[in-house]
Amino acid sequence: MDSVPSTDRGGVGYLPSAAETLMKLVVTGPFGVGKTTLIRTLSEIETLHTEETMTQAGAGLDDTAGLPEKTTTTVAVDFGRLTVQDDLVLYMFGTPGQERFLPLWEDIARGALGALVMVDTRRLGDSFAVMDLVEEQGLPYAVAVNRFPDAPAHPDEVLRKHLDLDPGTPLVQCDARERRGSIDALIALAEHALTRLPASQEPS
Amino acid sequence: MNPGPGRRLIPAYLVTGGRSAPSGPALDRLAVLIRTDTDLPTGTGAEQRRLCELLAPGALTVVECAAHLDLPAGATVFLATDLVASGHLRARPPIPRAGEIDRSLVERLLVGLRSLH
Ligand SMILES: Nc1nc2c(ncn2[C@@H]2O[C@H](COP(=O)(O)OP(=O)(O)OP(=O)(O)O)[C@@H](O)[C@H]2O)c(=O)[nH]1
Ligand SMILES: [Mg+2]
Repeated sequence: MDSVPSTDRGGVGYLPSAAETLMKLVVTGPFGVGKTTLIRTLSEIETLHTEETMTQAGAGLDDTAGLPEKTTTTVAVDFGRLTVQDDLVLYMFGTPGQERFLPLWEDIARGALGALVMVDTRRLGDSFAVMDLVEEQGLPYAVAVNRFPDAPAHPDEVLRKHLDLDPGTPLVQCDARERRGSIDALIALAEHALTRLPASQEPS
Repeated sequence: MNPGPGRRLIPAYLVTGGRSAPSGPALDRLAVLIRTDTDLPTGTGAEQRRLCELLAPGALTVVECAAHLDLPAGATVFLATDLVASGHLRARPPIPRAGEIDRSLVERLLVGLRSLH
């Protein structure tokens, strides 16, 4: 079976020709929680990113006269790719969980399997706004507690209570630098997403 | 970086003006772009040309092209849409038949993820 073109000298990481179906999920959470680390742990290509410039919608977009004062801000969206079966490829997009990035979020979340919300036990309070945002998008989500060595360890039940998690929302504890635990987090999310999908139609 | 509370932000490529939105549904960011066997006309813009050169050895999604070319994803959607319309690129939707995620896909995803353990 042919895979990556032999002309891939620049290490671009072209898609294998068998890769037919591409799915995506969002990895989100507060600043510095380990989103990029988890994506890097799992990605088979070097982690890529796009810089998305967001322009503040000032005094009317149609204002063709004087330029309204404009503020721009740049958001880096990083992403990686994981081939799960020959023909099935999963993309993981790391997206900041702040409300002001909502328009960008909507673009990335559209058609996504769900979101992995990463949490740092030293800053549990920062996670609520992110979970609210994900819920507003109607995305199924799982919580991944990224364990930092200097962070206090808590049993799942305590964390669930502090995060006020719905009983159906999965919570996993992982180390974003480790592959196995990171894959477990994806599995928890995929299992949860499955419970939210309607039963398959019989092929007609 | 923080534009202040309560201000609505919109992606810059939507307000650059002077560029009408391509007709038809926008390309998905995960659409797979494939270079066709057609020469680019001499007047082709530099960015269109870079996109076609990037895709000469193999296929990539729109968002991967954006990252390699250092362009915003939205701008790359526009470039790719033009090049698909002119026949220099082909685009394949990310989920070919069903068009959206269904149970059988997620079940296959789970089998795949478990096998990666
Ligand atoms: N010890 C430990 N350190 C981690 C872990 N995950 C991330 N880090 C470190 O924490 C810091 C932040 O991690 P990132 O992956 O950059 O976090 P992020 O969520 O992408 O951050 P922003 O994109 O800036 O919001 C880095 O210095 C990582 O090396 C982990 O599981 N354990
Ligand atoms: Mg990051």
